[in-house]
Amino acid sequence: MKIKRLLGATAMLVLSSSLALSSLARATTIGFSQVGSESGWRSSFSESVKQEAAARKIDLKFADAQQKQENQIRAVRGFIAQRVDAIIIAPVVETGWAPVLREAKRARIPVVIVDRNVQLNDDSLFLTRIASDFTEEGRKVARWLMQKTDGNCAIVELQGTVGATAAIDRAKGFNEVLAEYPAAKIIRSQTAEFTRSKGKEVMESFLKAEQGGRNICALWAHNDEMALGAIQAIKEAGLKPGQDILVVAVDGVPDYFKAMADGEANATVELDPHLGGPAFDVIAAYLSGDKSIPKYINNTGELFSQDTAAAEYQKRTNK
Amino acid sequence: MKQTQSCADSLQQARLARYSPGSIKASARYLWPLAALMLLLAVNLLLDASFFQLSFQDGRLYGSLIDILNRSAPVALLAIGMSLVIATGGIDLSVGAVMAIAGAVCANLLLQTELPLALVIAAGLATGIAAGLINGTLVSYLKIQPIVATLLLMVAGRGVAQLINQGQIVTFLRPDFAWLGTGSWLGLPLPIWLVIGMFALSQLLLRRTALGLFIEAVGCNATASRYLGVNDKAIKLFVYAFAGFCAALAGMISAADIQGSDANNAGLWLELDAILAVVIGGAVLSGGRFSLLLSVIGVLIIQSLSTTIIVSGVPAKFNLLIKALVVLLVLLLQSDKFRRQLSSWLPKLRKWRKGDKA
Repeated sequence: MKIKRLLGATAMLVLSSSLALSSLARATTIGFSQVGSESGWRSSFSESVKQEAAARKIDLKFADAQQKQENQIRAVRGFIAQRVDAIIIAPVVETGWAPVLREAKRARIPVVIVDRNVQLNDDSLFLTRIASDFTEEGRKVARWLMQKTDGNCAIVELQGTVGATAAIDRAKGFNEVLAEYPAAKIIRSQTAEFTRSKGKEVMESFLKAEQGGRNICALWAHNDEMALGAIQAIKEAGLKPGQDILVVAVDGVPDYFKAMADGEANATVELDPHLGGPAFDVIAAYLSGDKSIPKYINNTGELFSQDTAAAEYQKRTNK
Repeated sequence: MKQTQSCADSLQQARLARYSPGSIKASARYLWPLAALMLLLAVNLLLDASFFQLSFQDGRLYGSLIDILNRSAPVALLAIGMSLVIATGGIDLSVGAVMAIAGAVCANLLLQTELPLALVIAAGLATGIAAGLINGTLVSYLKIQPIVATLLLMVAGRGVAQLINQGQIVTFLRPDFAWLGTGSWLGLPLPIWLVIGMFALSQLLLRRTALGLFIEAVGCNATASRYLGVNDKAIKLFVYAFAGFCAALAGMISAADIQGSDANNAGLWLELDAILAVVIGGAVLSGGRFSLLLSVIGVLIIQSLSTTIIVSGVPAKFNLLIKALVVLLVLLLQSDKFRRQLSSWLPKLRKWRKGDKA
């Protein structure tokens, strides 16, 4: 009787280990739940993850949530049911993730959070979070601008959507650095909702309200799109963007690199869309037994200025 | 029954307004929206002394007032179309999405083909008319409630625009098309001329032919007007197609303005601004009465308000609250009941103050 049970157990063990082996032999399957395709940045993020997966021969299951968390949760449940090796989530919102992540944990599937944050009481529910530090982006832009203007500058600010983490933290980082320079200050600040058309409209009003823009030394926009709209407004007001009014922003979209190459914008900090590589690295390390993975991996991009803009634009459009 | 009665009243009023422009009743309709607009502009003057300054620069007038007119062009076009739809008792929630589609169609044609400008514009307008015809068919021939029928296209339309743009913001470098949004003619930005042109055209079409009367009749009582020989279905189909046409024009102006088509944000929530403008202009959502001029004044009120908020320097998080409060105030001022209430308080207030002094 005992022998029989022992035999059964050994058989199970062999069976399960061979299953595990076969799962190692076949390509790693990774489920990726993406927010949607609401911006150019988001699309290049998705594209880069797909390309990276193809290069590493990873079987990527891509789910577009169309900006809805319920779709994401459904997708993650689907991934769990399909017994994928790991799950990557780019969350739409910060809250409401605990139940589904607990399900993933129970199924022993590691979860990597990329881009936006999640709010959880229990850190063990995900493997790690890979993201850019928005506050640091703001600091980088401010440091560049303060260096360029010797800390003497009247700045107008185009904020992102009210309440967005990116807008709040970029402003925070920028203002931190600005506080060290008494001669520099933000003279006008208003939201332009991260869009090009609003950026143009708000900038037009700023220019009118500040003596046709003569009082303004620099424009600081929380993303490139708003800056691109504002650049048009500055041009239409008969001023030279990039010279009469310095333009700094965050994101690094191709159109903005073109504007920098044309001398109409000055600097941007790239919000790196290539989050696929680092995420796959972490997952590979974890699956091969590395247990010392930090809970947060900083992926803040570089600051680009006009010097390299033309080359960078070439690189980005040829891809 | 009661509604039909009040509708007949307002028809009577409209007729009076049209044929006896001096009548007190008609001018009172214009008084309050205009007063609200003047008040907003005055507030702007207090905030920024140079607000009314106009200068001539690069062959066009330049200044905050021109900006307000220029920025309100897309919503003004939407409101002209929306006025007619609302006058038939309908509503069109899809105009913002139609703007995005028209912009996307034009941007992609400009980028991928060598079509002449006129054909690109024609294609954009045709897209808008097609979208409007879909709405109109759903509402008039298939008897789907307008709010539901147009909600379909409001949600799906933005998806269609994203599909056309393949999820990207499509930018183009075509000065001739950009001229629609940034060009100027006779010293005024082109979008303003497009609104003036569209307004004049619609006004002629509606008031010099029986069409305006038919639209109001269908809005008041579709069945009764059918018995009188008005083809109510065709009228409804027409107003939705017209709204689609206006939306397409607005979408092309927006795309030309930023020289790119942003399917996610072009025209986003503008359908609500357009409806709000029509309501501020005193139209009744149940149909019957409309005035294009008042709708356009409504748009100007909304846009002046946005400009005021930007210039005033209040923190961005208060924007929507302020907007809501001012709109509420404008609507209250237009309410006869509220004004009567207010004027009945005034003597009491005076009495109270006299008592205070004594």
